[in-house]
Amino acid sequence: MSADAGEMPRDRAAPTLDNVIHQRVRLGIASALASGEALSFTRLKELLALTDGNLSVHLQRLEKAGYVVCEKSRKKPGRAAVSRYRLTRAGLAAFRAYLSQMEAIIDAARKAGPASAGA
Amino acid sequence: MSQGQGRDLSMHGKAASDLAYIRRTMDGSMRFTAVSGWGGVAMGAVALVAAPLASGRAGAEGWLAVWLAAALGGMLVGGAAIVSKARRTGQSLAAGAGRRFAFGLGPPLLLGALLTVGLWNAGQAALLPAVWLLVYGTALTTAGHHAVATIPAMGCAFLALGAVAVQAGPAWGDHFMALGFGGVHLAGGLVVLRRHGG
Repeated sequence: MSADAGEMPRDRAAPTLDNVIHQRVRLGIASALASGEALSFTRLKELLALTDGNLSVHLQRLEKAGYVVCEKSRKKPGRAAVSRYRLTRAGLAAFRAYLSQMEAIIDAARKAGPASAGA
Repeated sequence: MSQGQGRDLSMHGKAASDLAYIRRTMDGSMRFTAVSGWGGVAMGAVALVAAPLASGRAGAEGWLAVWLAAALGGMLVGGAAIVSKARRTGQSLAAGAGRRFAFGLGPPLLLGALLTVGLWNAGQAALLPAVWLLVYGTALTTAGHHAVATIPAMGCAFLALGAVAVQAGPAWGDHFMALGFGGVHLAGGLVVLRRHGG
């Protein structure tokens, strides 16, 4: 899957949504990191059931947008560094804004009536 | 249905699906952080008081009674500390990471209770300290997968002590109990206190 796969139809329907976070995999990454805890590449891969390549592409896109930062730590000299990812302040703000937009869409549908809300 | 209504319905469906996905992912990623440092310290203190008391008892019944009372006291103190911290930090014990933590802890502890009855009835009370350390270590290791990193580390320490206690013989039982339920709880509690608060 490409980094932007699945964006086009949704973008046309809602032009104000943040393209970076709107993509399903990146939304998953942001959700996983939203608690504030930094997670390792392996943990994110397990959690979201992604391949190395797929996760890397989406993490790079989030890093490029300034939403995620990678922290590398080495517990002992000579050991491989562990990459841990954390949501930045901008990333958390974008995630919260996206949540608000989703809630607003649902509220609007509820107010419009049960048929529109799918009830 | 107009094109606009169809698009609204589609957006609503997508929004609901996204919110459910966000909730699921956040739930899966969160670790149980309501483990109480003070609770661990208090549980350690209970065991350190119980060890010499149990050791001083002449009969096996008295010895068992002291350790069962200590286990009950430790569970009450530790449980109350966790409930209190969960309330303070707004974490649920009945859902998400709290629920997974409880389900990781419960089955091994139930197994420990059943093994206690079985070994006692078979006249194998001397094996109980090693079994308790091993079972509790298993409980912390499995439940700790969903909690802060100190908990599985404590579980490994209990498992290591239990493995040595199996070989050491019955005369060393209370020493290993003091080291494990006293020392490891105390040390683990202090680490949790420093890293994650009381």
